[in-house]
Amino acid sequence: MIREFGFPELLFVLEGARWTILLSALAFVCGGALGLAVALARTARSRELRWGATVYIQIFQGTPLLIQLFFVFFGLPLLGLQLNVWLAVTIGLALHASGYLGEIWRGGIQAVPAGQVEAARALGLGYRSVMIDVVLPQALRISLPATVGFLVNLVKGTALAALLGLTEATRAGQLMSNITFEPLRVYSAVGLVYFAICLPLTLWSARLERRLLRRG
Amino acid sequence: MEQSAAPAIRLEHVSKWFGKLKVLQDVDLTVNRGEHIVLCGPSGSGKSTLIRCINRLEEVQEGRILVDGVELRGDGRNAEDIRRHVGMVFQQFNLFPHMTALENCMLAPRRIHRIGKDEARARAMGHLERVHLADHAQKYPAQLSGGQQQRVAIARALCMNPDILLFDEPTSALDPEMVKEVLDTMVELADAGITMICVTHEMGFARAVAHRVIFMDRGEILESAPPEEFFSAPPARTRPDLPRPDPQPLRGASP
Ligand SMILES: Nc1ncnc2c1ncn2[C@@H]1O[C@H](COP(=O)(O)OP(=O)(O)OP(=O)(O)O)[C@@H](O)[C@H]1O
Ligand SMILES: [Mg+2]
Repeated sequence: MIREFGFPELLFVLEGARWTILLSALAFVCGGALGLAVALARTARSRELRWGATVYIQIFQGTPLLIQLFFVFFGLPLLGLQLNVWLAVTIGLALHASGYLGEIWRGGIQAVPAGQVEAARALGLGYRSVMIDVVLPQALRISLPATVGFLVNLVKGTALAALLGLTEATRAGQLMSNITFEPLRVYSAVGLVYFAICLPLTLWSARLERRLLRRG
Repeated sequence: MEQSAAPAIRLEHVSKWFGKLKVLQDVDLTVNRGEHIVLCGPSGSGKSTLIRCINRLEEVQEGRILVDGVELRGDGRNAEDIRRHVGMVFQQFNLFPHMTALENCMLAPRRIHRIGKDEARARAMGHLERVHLADHAQKYPAQLSGGQQQRVAIARALCMNPDILLFDEPTSALDPEMVKEVLDTMVELADAGITMICVTHEMGFARAVAHRVIFMDRGEILESAPPEEFFSAPPARTRPDLPRPDPQPLRGASP
């Protein structure tokens, strides 16, 4: 029996969208924490740390996200780490996010005028306080538009999890398309769901950017 | 205390290079407690570099620097300890833009002296009053004029109770009408007896508060004399290739 693409089917897609949002949020939070470490390493005094962070960033920026996800999902079990698909995808996306956010925030940190660091150090503040109290608040504000922009990409990137069999919005759409034979309607609905998640973020990012520009 | 006999600052045979460029050449300098030094000289002569070496914002390659009798270690390990009693005021103010004037003043005492919020606020308000800015405590740097920002920067440095204050052209970035308020504040500090080294071209200020005026060129100290002497017979500075500091008393240096 062929089902119509009706309300229950739409609901199924929306259920999937819940996972899309959760996955994006998890990847962003975990990737953000790691990305902060990457950004600090990238701007550290130690040449080894800087070099290591540069390589790390290049790896995640220079390879497709799908390969990164495959690598975690299929690669880590070979190293003896059994991961369920959720954990694997979350880790994969978080690593991916950490590379990008690390690079975005590196730029923000370096955009804070050198005089700020000098003034903080001249007061006798240590590295921790110089960073936490003086540099990062300014750096993150500078980086906010780019950070939100990346978050939009991350939301769309979670669609690749469908290829690993995780039932987020895209895979939910595939399943519904298979049973309704109405791919156009189904994928339009799925597209709209992504759009509804991303549009507010994009608008917010644009607003932040305008506000930053106005402040000079 | 044994240390109290030591001079506030002592530089012994200090040389510094930026790459191949030698910017300090065998500098010897002793600054006594309570002494006010005005440092002048042409652009690029190494004035900023010299005072930045004292709180180790710059590293020196040769020679020794002692602050209150404590030698700055080559690896910079004790730089933070030294900075805690050496305040610095910059040409560009360098206030933290995301903090109010009050918060700017409270940060370092809270983090370093580990005092509570109320005590830090009281201390900060005290110093903001001292620079006549108590009414502006809640404003952000962007809401203050240049002269006001620089006075907040002075208050911020004072909040660490420094023994020594370093000023790097504190009035050079200011509109002319704001120079006086900052110089007046500095004169008040000088009268209170704090040790200071001030890089400035404000010769009126030098006449009013300096115990010694030091003239540098190309990384060398060419002359060091009390202001009366410095402004009457300047031997080193009569070299035709060097500009003479303006001997006329300038704005706002009357104590
Ligand atoms: N970070 C740096 N890297 C390389 N060279 C530098 C650096 N800082 C200063 N210099 C050079 O060192 C010399 C001394 O500079 P310094 O800033 O100490 O001079 P100054 O007397 O303060 O000059 P001004 O009156 O213009 O402020 C100059 O030739 C300058 O170009
Ligand atoms: Mg200078």
